[in-house]
Amino acid sequence: MTPKAEAVTQDSKDEEAINRQETRLALKRFGRKRWNLIPILQKVQARLGYLPREAMVEIAAYLGIPEIDVYGVVTFYNQFRLNPPGKHSIRVCLGTACHMKGGYITLDAWKRRLDINSGETTADREFDLDTVACVGCCTMAPVTVVDNQPEGKVEPTKVDGILLAFELVREAEKKEAKQ
Amino acid sequence: MKATHSPTIASAFEDIKSRAIAHWQEVFDSGQPVILVGTATCGRAAGALDVLETIQTELEKLGVDCPVFEVGCLGHCYAEPLVVISKPGYPPICYGYVNTVIAERLVREFIAGDNPCLEFVLGALEENDLIPSFADFPRAVYEKKVVLRNCGHIDPTDIEHYIANDGYSGLATALQTSPEEIITEIKDSGLRGRGGAGFSTGEKWEKCRDTRGRPKYVICNADEGDPGAFMDRAILESDPHSVIEGIIIAAYAIGARYGYIYVRAEYPLAVERVRIALRQARKLNLLGRHILESDFSFDIRLFEGSGAFVCGEETALIASLEGQAGMPRYRPPYPPSSGLYGKPTVVNNVKTLASVPPIMVNGAGWFNDIGSGESRGTAVFALAGKIVNTGLVEVPMGTTLRQVIFDVGSGIPDGKRFKAVQIGGPSGGCLPESALDLPVDFDSLTGAGAMMGSGGMVVLDEDDCMVEIARYFLEFTQRESCGKCTFCRLGTKQMLTLLNDITQGKGTQADLDTLKTLAEDIKAGSLCGLGKTAPNPVLTTLRYFEDEYHAHITEGCCPALMCQQLIAYYILPDKCERSCDACVGTCTVEAISSNKRRIKVIDQEKCVKCNTCLTACPPQYNAVIKLSPPSEVPAAEK
Ligand SMILES: Cc1cc2nc3c(=O)[nH]c(=O)nc-3n(C[C@H](O)[C@H](O)[C@H](O)COP(=O)(O)O)c2cc1C
Ligand code: FES
Repeated sequence: MTPKAEAVTQDSKDEEAINRQETRLALKRFGRKRWNLIPILQKVQARLGYLPREAMVEIAAYLGIPEIDVYGVVTFYNQFRLNPPGKHSIRVCLGTACHMKGGYITLDAWKRRLDINSGETTADREFDLDTVACVGCCTMAPVTVVDNQPEGKVEPTKVDGILLAFELVREAEKKEAKQ
Repeated sequence: MKATHSPTIASAFEDIKSRAIAHWQEVFDSGQPVILVGTATCGRAAGALDVLETIQTELEKLGVDCPVFEVGCLGHCYAEPLVVISKPGYPPICYGYVNTVIAERLVREFIAGDNPCLEFVLGALEENDLIPSFADFPRAVYEKKVVLRNCGHIDPTDIEHYIANDGYSGLATALQTSPEEIITEIKDSGLRGRGGAGFSTGEKWEKCRDTRGRPKYVICNADEGDPGAFMDRAILESDPHSVIEGIIIAAYAIGARYGYIYVRAEYPLAVERVRIALRQARKLNLLGRHILESDFSFDIRLFEGSGAFVCGEETALIASLEGQAGMPRYRPPYPPSSGLYGKPTVVNNVKTLASVPPIMVNGAGWFNDIGSGESRGTAVFALAGKIVNTGLVEVPMGTTLRQVIFDVGSGIPDGKRFKAVQIGGPSGGCLPESALDLPVDFDSLTGAGAMMGSGGMVVLDEDDCMVEIARYFLEFTQRESCGKCTFCRLGTKQMLTLLNDITQGKGTQADLDTLKTLAEDIKAGSLCGLGKTAPNPVLTTLRYFEDEYHAHITEGCCPALMCQQLIAYYILPDKCERSCDACVGTCTVEAISSNKRRIKVIDQEKCVKCNTCLTACPPQYNAVIKLSPPSEVPAAEK
């Protein structure tokens, strides 16, 4: 193994251990009942940002149910993620009103700029991109929810504007770190 | 309704009520001004929290003591953020489109001064001689607020506001009545389920009461997955106690010990407000053991859904509560016979339950007098899309679509023409102009191929493509199909493929027949409402807008200029202003350049059809247009 590959494996082992640890902590508050499965998954995802394999294994063992049952429930519901989230979350509304006012064009613009598909995270883990169905502010369609804050009338130029704002913050932080 | 007088229940409630009224009067009848800021999700998205903060800092700066409350949604979402100021000597005034600058002025000039800033007024909440009130709006003729009675008027995080406005009086009355009498009362009121199917609520409760088995459960269905609807969210955010009170009354009537509120995952604010409300209700012994010192004990848990549309279906919802994947099962048995953990269970929609307390207070006759035919009471709609007054409206059942869209909703913006109204979401259909005089109730729209559904209403104008909207809904149901029934799982997929082809100009006439056949098969071969109604958007658009399908198929043309594969952007050379390069600068993919004569030209190969140049071109030139089919672009430029 090259030294670099070794470092990566070590990293992911550490991450796995942390994930297991965090999952166990989250589990403490719940009874070992099947009907707690969804609330448990929600809690663990709230802590880790996603549901890695090792977390699902821990949960299955805790509830005494087959691992496939946990995986089945995780993949059934839209809310659960199997890959780590980015630092910033981008949710493009594709509810009826937003779609008809060009939400699909906005989604295209995000995909083009971030160079990922919906449901993915950028390689540098800065952004993850997904869609939602109506966040209840159809008046301002097309809406994109950026880090839980709904932004109205997000058209391709505004996509660039939002990304530029993040870029500026990042550069400022870099400068500060250097000093 | 006769209430057998129970001194303990009555006096326990009287105590709570008189304290709440005193608390309310202390604030609202004290001779000091009061400010209400609408901070439901719709308000927040428009910047209501900044407005709230500005008001608070401004009050502090001026050293004025004036209570400020966060309230829910008044329904006028188009004019958010909304601020209501009640000041002695004036009627309560509602201000619209408030930003931080206006907020500052309102505090300085109206709260601290004496200028009601009439230029920002949307309307007064009460009739008066000074300022036009909401009652003078054309929509007031039609509106009738039953479910939305408190929304935007009270602080949803303060239970005493609710109690001071007749809240929990219905429960106090109910607890002094026999469960059988309550069920009779609900039956007499004619209340039918607001979740879509329109089943008689009284009969559902009776069935559950009469079924043996313990414990019994009540579940409030707040999963609201229709992608164009936000009524239930607004109610939970604005008046959670009316729903909780409805659940408790239902529980008492059927003899339940536990209840659940199943809330959609994407509604964090609703979850927070319900949680606060439950805590407050427990504290006042309106939930828990021996409610209001009666023999009745009951408690409610909150359950957050995880984002699956099919979980709105009652048997799927129950499976989800049990920790399973939310797949519907065959009915019967219906939940009142065998529901959660196989026990008798009532599942009711948010609006159904929120209608119960006013029926208890005002009587079955009062409710039954509203509405028409077999549909009694009111209908709540979320108006969205190409309509001036987007927002929440509540009208008596039987109001016509035309009245809702043109009188209440003030019609189509920007002088465009009405084309269709999509009603009932993925289960509903698109109705054309000719159907506008149909009344909205449970039964009338079915004949036209749509249904009232849960209350999402999206208005479409001449720029909206009917094939595309059908494709959009089918893509949604196809993705959300749980996969249990073959026809639903594979049939919707086939239909989607055909519709994708048509919107890309690759469809054939034969496809239309295949679509119709598939639609019938999916309806017949699916277990739950999702599959049974999935083809409706396609069938209604085929029925009323078949010529649009033909244009896509035979001419490769999208008449509404929406389907991306069938349009091209083009800059009219004789309209392009040589010395302007707005489009060149904004093009997101650098597809526009200047030719020798300094006329701008789009490189069709590079163009991603993002519409940016069309919005960037100044209105005095309007040189950028869309052409369909793309072959319309002059050959020289291709
Ligand atoms: C696919 C599908 C989705 C549904 N979504 C909802 C929903 O979001 N909210 C709701 O109250 N009912 C929904 N329903 C209807 C419920 O199955 C059930 O009829 C309703 O909750 C009963 O309450 P009601 O009698 O008060 O209308 C849905 C049904 C289907 C088939
Ligand atoms: S459709 Fe996007 S907010 Fe409603």
